[in-house]
Amino acid sequence: MNKVLGNKKAIALFILPAVILFTCLVFIPLIWSFVYTFFSGQPGLDFKFAGMKNYARIFADKTLWVTVKNNLLYVVVVGGAQIILGFLIAMLINFGVKKHQNLVRTLLFVPVVLPGVAVAQMFIKIYAITPQYGLLNSFFSAVGLDSLVKGWIGDPKTAMLALIIMDIWKAVGMYILVFYSGIIELPEDSVEAARIDGATTWQIITKIQIPQLKPVFRMAIVICITACFKVYDSPVALTGGGPGTTTMMPSMYMYNTAFNYAQFGYGSVLAVIILIECAIFTFVVGRIFKTKDGE
Amino acid sequence: MKDSRHIVSRSISMILIAVLLIAAIYPVLWLILCTFKTQTEFTMNSAFSLPKSFNFENYIKAWNTGNMGTSFVNSIICTAGSMLLIVITAVPLSFALAKMKWKHRSNINGYILIGMMVPIQVALIPLFTIYNKIGFTNSRIGLILIYTAYSLPLSVTLLTGFFESVPNEMIEAAVIDGCSIYQVVGKIVFPLMTNSIMTVLTLQFMSSWNDLIFSQTMISKTEMQTIPTALIMFNGSYGQVDWGPLFAAMAIAVVPTLVLYMFLSKFMIRGLTAGAIKG
Repeated sequence: MNKVLGNKKAIALFILPAVILFTCLVFIPLIWSFVYTFFSGQPGLDFKFAGMKNYARIFADKTLWVTVKNNLLYVVVVGGAQIILGFLIAMLINFGVKKHQNLVRTLLFVPVVLPGVAVAQMFIKIYAITPQYGLLNSFFSAVGLDSLVKGWIGDPKTAMLALIIMDIWKAVGMYILVFYSGIIELPEDSVEAARIDGATTWQIITKIQIPQLKPVFRMAIVICITACFKVYDSPVALTGGGPGTTTMMPSMYMYNTAFNYAQFGYGSVLAVIILIECAIFTFVVGRIFKTKDGE
Repeated sequence: MKDSRHIVSRSISMILIAVLLIAAIYPVLWLILCTFKTQTEFTMNSAFSLPKSFNFENYIKAWNTGNMGTSFVNSIICTAGSMLLIVITAVPLSFALAKMKWKHRSNINGYILIGMMVPIQVALIPLFTIYNKIGFTNSRIGLILIYTAYSLPLSVTLLTGFFESVPNEMIEAAVIDGCSIYQVVGKIVFPLMTNSIMTVLTLQFMSSWNDLIFSQTMISKTEMQTIPTALIMFNGSYGQVDWGPLFAAMAIAVVPTLVLYMFLSKFMIRGLTAGAIKG
């Protein structure tokens, strides 16, 4: 038995292809990224040790702070909306839909599987004003709200809103499903008992189900926030970061710095900042839920 | 009294659900309908109007003039290649991690899991330098390797979870019957795991088919582009005024996913939610 399951040759054959691939394309670049943060220029061309210079540059870099501010706004609004809407809609399906729950879930999940770039291109046309109105402006003009007819993406005041609405549309289905699977896994008997004791649906939801769903909330918040911090595809494809830098995100700024301006060292610093942001918020969310659990 | 309240709340939830379904599905339907509209229909008719006929001219235009045909083929090759490679690499590794007996099992498991916690942006710049040096930029094989490598952590997690649920007795019985380790994997375990492999495959399909950042970084030649990059270029150069072909180009990106979703929604949903939860 042990001879077969401990067969060294077989083990090597089984693990090496994957481990080598992972090491070369994921792990080594990852480590190298930290090394790059101490260099300036482009590898091969004038690549010099720069000490902490790249890190010092963070503080004077106005664009960086604009992108961080954009990102924080995005994280709070998109993250908050996805969690709250995801939970409410999951509840709605659970209580309000008697037949075809599966079909409703499957249909609401459709935007999640679509390619992000295609969705963004579609929204460009939904928000369009020239050469003809897209869906949104057509709708406003049809219901008589002509003051709302405008170029949603081209206007610095509404570009971020346009991006936020698109990304909520695209991903809320995921959170609906995460909460829905959490809700149906809750033990039935405590709800039954509360019903017999005369509790209203509202009391059942707030007093029994939400506290029981705490682990689901925690997980949903962590995945949602890390996804929002890393957001790249949708602003690139919808607005390209514009107008100006109104919808520019740190990941895009990193990409431009490294690949359009050939500053690999500073680009790596920006990548590390994204990593740190994700780590801090995952840690903070973990702590918040932990202290609450301790009560 | 209670009944009428019940009816009211039921109808309100029905209406809300209907609104949500329309919000989720109508834009996609609109996209598909728009692919059949002519330029005059776009300018003369309302955005909500239906196309007058099913003409495929927009598709032909997008396919030929906008480089969508080439990039569709590239995307198919990269996606299919990475789907094949993920099975070849992740299944044996997961089996070795879950069922075989060796020293550094948990170390290797932890090592692969690092990949799930780190944003891909962090590895992107050195990865580009490496690819540049070894001549893997502008190469489909280069992209296939990247797509596979970055999907490994999640796929391995999903698959080891599955292998752990396979009873040891089953493997023992096969070994006692004289099966070699390769026969155990190929003949006993592999046929049992169609569901998990389907989940891993659909996940791989979506991550390769939808990828923008790697293809944008590693590919600079138009004839090597995949669909997402080609689509952005397409809108920039042709799509501003001429909407029909752009909608057709979007449909070329979206329809394969929709068709797969029609048949494999169970696996896609399972893969993506598990992916989100574990990632």
